Amino acid sequence: MRYGQAPEVLRDIDLGLTPGSFHFLTGASGAGKSSLLKLIYIAARPSKGRLRIFDHDIGTTPRTELPFLRRRIGVVFQEFHLLDHLTAFDNVALPLRIAGQRLEQYQGDVIELLEWVGLGERMWAYPPTLSGGEKQRLSIARAVVTKPDILLADEPTGNVDHAMALRILRLLVELNRMGTTVVIASHDQDLVARSGMPVMHLEQGHLSLHPAAGPRSYPEDPDSLAGAGFL
Amino acid sequence: MSAADDRGPDPAASILPSRDFRDPGLVFTVAVLSFLACIAVIAALAADRAAQGWARQLSGSATVQVRPVGGETGAEAAARAAEAVAGVRGVSEARAMDRKSAEALLEPWLGKGNIPADLPLPQLVTVELAPDHPATSADLNRALAAAHLDATVDDHSRWMADVRTSGDIVRLSAAVACLLIATAAGSVVAFATRQGLAARRDVVEVLHLCGAEDRFVAQLFQMRFAALATRAAAYGALAAAAVGAILRLTGGSDGFSPALPIAWTDLLACLAAPVLGALVAALSAHSVAMAILREQV
Repeated sequence: MRYGQAPEVLRDIDLGLTPGSFHFLTGASGAGKSSLLKLIYIAARPSKGRLRIFDHDIGTTPRTELPFLRRRIGVVFQEFHLLDHLTAFDNVALPLRIAGQRLEQYQGDVIELLEWVGLGERMWAYPPTLSGGEKQRLSIARAVVTKPDILLADEPTGNVDHAMALRILRLLVELNRMGTTVVIASHDQDLVARSGMPVMHLEQGHLSLHPAAGPRSYPEDPDSLAGAGFL
Repeated sequence: MSAADDRGPDPAASILPSRDFRDPGLVFTVAVLSFLACIAVIAALAADRAAQGWARQLSGSATVQVRPVGGETGAEAAARAAEAVAGVRGVSEARAMDRKSAEALLEPWLGKGNIPADLPLPQLVTVELAPDHPATSADLNRALAAAHLDATVDDHSRWMADVRTSGDIVRLSAAVACLLIATAAGSVVAFATRQGLAARRDVVEVLHLCGAEDRFVAQLFQMRFAALATRAAAYGALAAAAVGAILRLTGGSDGFSPALPIAWTDLLACLAAPVLGALVAALSAHSVAMAILREQV
């Protein structure tokens, strides 16, 4: 993959994600982590090769069908990408509104999800009034509100402190336990190491896979997320 | 907890920010264009009414110019001509014009009291034609020839053609002006849509990531600019209607002037401006947004 006439940022990538898997994606800045995620969430197309998502060849899939594939992929960004003029509730409800749901259809799910990520008390607040950790949890809530098959997170812990990073990681792990395929791009080697999850490492555009390192060593969340009943 | 925390869910929450610092400029521009379009239409309706009135007057009358022959005076020849054409089928009334009336026709050019008493004036007969089956100039010529009169009939056909042409030109000019104004308004909205899409790239990106179709995103911009254009066009239409009303009041029952007889009903044309403004803006915004979005992945 390359941007315009620039040198290739990804090359010889051969990657298949097993449904329900959990991977960290690591690599130095500029290694192509964000580019690989962009390919998976169909914000870019490969300049060479084949990209198949949900059994659709993205190179030949009509543009009009791509939105329906994107609805099966949740994305969390380091910079959150929240809409500042919408409340936390409306930010989370956005994908459901886009999918054509009415308020009475999505209101219960959105409130439950906001409570699940710990924003039950802040659901009518606007993003500029939220802390970094709250924004990231809001971003996760928006990404998973459609119950996506794949959740991609690009440096989701980059703007939060260590305690909040662990809390966010627990949320993502819990989502994975519920069947969601999760890929997290992260710089945080400590977090990656402590998670004990398999790692995909990018170096100069090449991808290498490393199996799970061992049992996780981060503390369990005292509240069972499965009990929230959302997913 | 902030004041905003008291809010409840808003199913109509605008996905695009409801305010933009560019909005006042766009509203002003569209309002001015709407004002100009409404004034053009009001003026065209009034001018058309004047042209139709003049054409009606000209088609319902004719003028006979009589040249006395032999020892007959001009007044005697005119009286005979009036009598001759009065008997023609399709003539309602024929009347020899006296000198005083003929002088009155010259006053706009020569001034009141400036016409010498010995100035020879043409002997005229005014003929009112029956509205249903008006006599033709050939019918009048035959009657005058039968009465052995040297006379020329003017059935105003030359003037009527000019008046009708003028009316057509006014109508066409108004239509062209409205078309140009609508095109200008469409271009302004298209430009604003491009700017809006560029300025809201972040929002558009989030919408796409959330699975929004191009049509959904384009509709957001379409609705937004249609609403703005409706408001702006309504402002312009109101201003134009106010100007039209002032001109109508100033001119009394004849309207602003004989050449521009504005009627109260003409002002109703302003009601169309907000609807047309919304339509032009919606079409323009939608097509531009779709074209830009299709260029993306």
